[in-house]
Amino acid sequence: MSKEIIKRTKLEIAKSPEGLEGPGFFATKLEDVIGLARSNSLWPLPFATSCCGIEFMATMASHYDLARFGMERLSFSPRQADLLMVMGTIAKKMGPTLRQVYEQMAEPRWVLSMGACASSGGIFDTYSVLQGIDRIIPVDVYVPGCPPRPEQVIDGILKIQELAKNESLRRRNSPEYKQLMNSYGME
Amino acid sequence: MSKKEKKNIASSADTKPVADTIEKEYSTLNLGPTHPATHGIFQNVLKMDGEIIHDAVSTIGYIHRAFEKLAERRPYAQITTLTDRMNYCSSPINNMGWHMTVEKLIKAELPKRAEYMRVIIMELSRIADHIICNTIIGQDTGATTGFLYLFQWREKIYDIFEDICGARLTTNIGRIGGFDKDFPAKTWDKIRAFVKEYPKAFTEFSNLLERNKIFMDRTIMCGPISGERALAYSFTGPNLRAAGVDYDVRVMNPYSSYQDFDFIVPVGTQGDTYDRFMVRQEEMWQSLRIIEQALKNMPDGATHANIPDFFLPPKEEVYNNMEALIYHFKIVMGETDVPKGEVYHCVEGGNGELGFYLISDGGRTPFRLHFRRPCFIYYQAYPEMIKGGMLSDAILTMSSMNVIAGELDA
Amino acid sequence: MSQELLDKVNQKLYEHFHGSIEQAELLYDYPVFTVNKEKIHDVLKFLKEDADLNFHFLTDLTGIQTADEKHLGAIYHLHNMQKNSRIRVKAFFPMSNPEIPTATDLWPAANWMERETYDFFGIKFVGHPNLKRILNVDEMDIFPLRKEYPLEDQTRQDKSDKMFGR
Repeated sequence: MSKEIIKRTKLEIAKSPEGLEGPGFFATKLEDVIGLARSNSLWPLPFATSCCGIEFMATMASHYDLARFGMERLSFSPRQADLLMVMGTIAKKMGPTLRQVYEQMAEPRWVLSMGACASSGGIFDTYSVLQGIDRIIPVDVYVPGCPPRPEQVIDGILKIQELAKNESLRRRNSPEYKQLMNSYGME
Repeated sequence: MSKKEKKNIASSADTKPVADTIEKEYSTLNLGPTHPATHGIFQNVLKMDGEIIHDAVSTIGYIHRAFEKLAERRPYAQITTLTDRMNYCSSPINNMGWHMTVEKLIKAELPKRAEYMRVIIMELSRIADHIICNTIIGQDTGATTGFLYLFQWREKIYDIFEDICGARLTTNIGRIGGFDKDFPAKTWDKIRAFVKEYPKAFTEFSNLLERNKIFMDRTIMCGPISGERALAYSFTGPNLRAAGVDYDVRVMNPYSSYQDFDFIVPVGTQGDTYDRFMVRQEEMWQSLRIIEQALKNMPDGATHANIPDFFLPPKEEVYNNMEALIYHFKIVMGETDVPKGEVYHCVEGGNGELGFYLISDGGRTPFRLHFRRPCFIYYQAYPEMIKGGMLSDAILTMSSMNVIAGELDA
Repeated sequence: MSQELLDKVNQKLYEHFHGSIEQAELLYDYPVFTVNKEKIHDVLKFLKEDADLNFHFLTDLTGIQTADEKHLGAIYHLHNMQKNSRIRVKAFFPMSNPEIPTATDLWPAANWMERETYDFFGIKFVGHPNLKRILNVDEMDIFPLRKEYPLEDQTRQDKSDKMFGR
């Protein structure tokens, strides 16, 4: 009976992680389950400064719906957000604010730099623009474009989801991660 | 306590003013650069008495990208990409304004068809800008539905822009001298379909908010400004028209054949948020009217002016004709000489009079280029507009003024 | 039409300020007046308050550094909406003493425009209520739009001049 329902609706069920299946139980690694849960329910913090922010609004709107990927709830408070999406040019005046927002985020946290300006300064090689946010905070995924199309943004978010799914639970306490943080001057 | 004593206490409290008995202390609230409700990054430090705002100090410059200094380094055709990123919600208007400034400097005459095509593109981008502004006013009052519904129509406008120039948002559309080629046939069909179908969706949005009692109670007398104060603060655009002054650059200094079109300029009375919202709504209807007239009366002819020094020749000629090759090389490398002189040209942008003050010394790049940015000039009045109001009114006033950070800081 | 406007304004200004009008010309249909900086405030006040000229709207206020890099200037664009006339007024002064009276008492709109001009060129507007930097960081000590200062971010090491030709 259940087989017929599945056939008729052509549902695609997400792949479960590798594990041991039995009657009434499913045993797998804790990391895989947590990775699955985290990646499909990221709460982004949209740090929108300029034109890329408008393309992000278009990505959130109904045509290129970002809520399909679990990003239904935007969080503007750093403590409650997982993913910091920096969208637009960051001027040197704004740098300290961005760093403060990043430092206030709780682990685990990922950073997506959207657009050419956030990744490397973009077309603005001037005295007042920070030439890439990776000068002040560590970045996980860069999405190039000026502004990137919504499809590119979704691609970047899928890559973040891959990172979140496959991340080891011990990564944030490992010495390599601590070294990365120290290189940016953060504990 | 006997009734008589109670009465005495009550009467003494009535006659003594509250301020003498309670010490007032203002709290400082930082409506900081990163805030969900401020659409763009600017900071306002508010001095508040409970919920009422007593004073405000604005700080801007968080996205200062040094456009004016960059423009001194770039040849004339490359500055169009800079103008895109000023008011990025309606980039084609900025691009066309810049092209018209250079055409004024080199004294180029455009054929009518190119001017009508420019009018269509500018009015489409004006509709796109006002869609963002009005739906975000709706969202700030709590009505998110309008935003989600009307953004679909913005996608259709993006489709049209993408057919013509390849980009959705920062368009870099057209050339100095017109358009490189005529729009494809399917783009004309898309424009006609937009003009036919948009009114229905727009009427739905209007019915949601325009005569909605909750919306009206929320926005009437929220952040008002009188016509005289608005003129003293050099307001232009929908904000000035909402305050009662009918100044529209398209009517007063017509450019690009706007004098051929028949449209009315909507004017408000009190300059509050409701007036600004309604002025933008009506402007969208008028823009649709202008596009209809342009489609109906579209003349035939060339789509660009005959200025070989600035306008790239078609690629077939570049490969076959020596002169065309030389012109192509000179234009792309930015080695065309421009006459010396200074010129000021203004267009009616989404937010008001967008002016370009260009001083050329005959070289390949401008000597000085100054952008007269309407947002920068009218945002000065913000502390005055929100004084005495409440915090949520301040948020609504800011979103109804349509302050775009790219234009504010440049 | 613009020549008439130029003549009319020129004549009126000459009647009241005959020593201070250094130049009056018509550039691309815009009457342009160069005024001595000492009298610039009076000239602007006269242009604003005269019943016939009535240039009540300040369209723009900006600064400029001349080509010889020795003088700075302030440029005002004025507009009379009822008659639809526009003029431009300029005032120049040496870079060693870049001071000019403010226009904020005539138009409150001049407040931020003068701060921006100060930020970019270092022109001090005497009498401005709050003359500090507006767009750049407060600690900046150079005036970036002057020709002697570079455009690019000087701390950038990865962009080679050979390839990108500054």
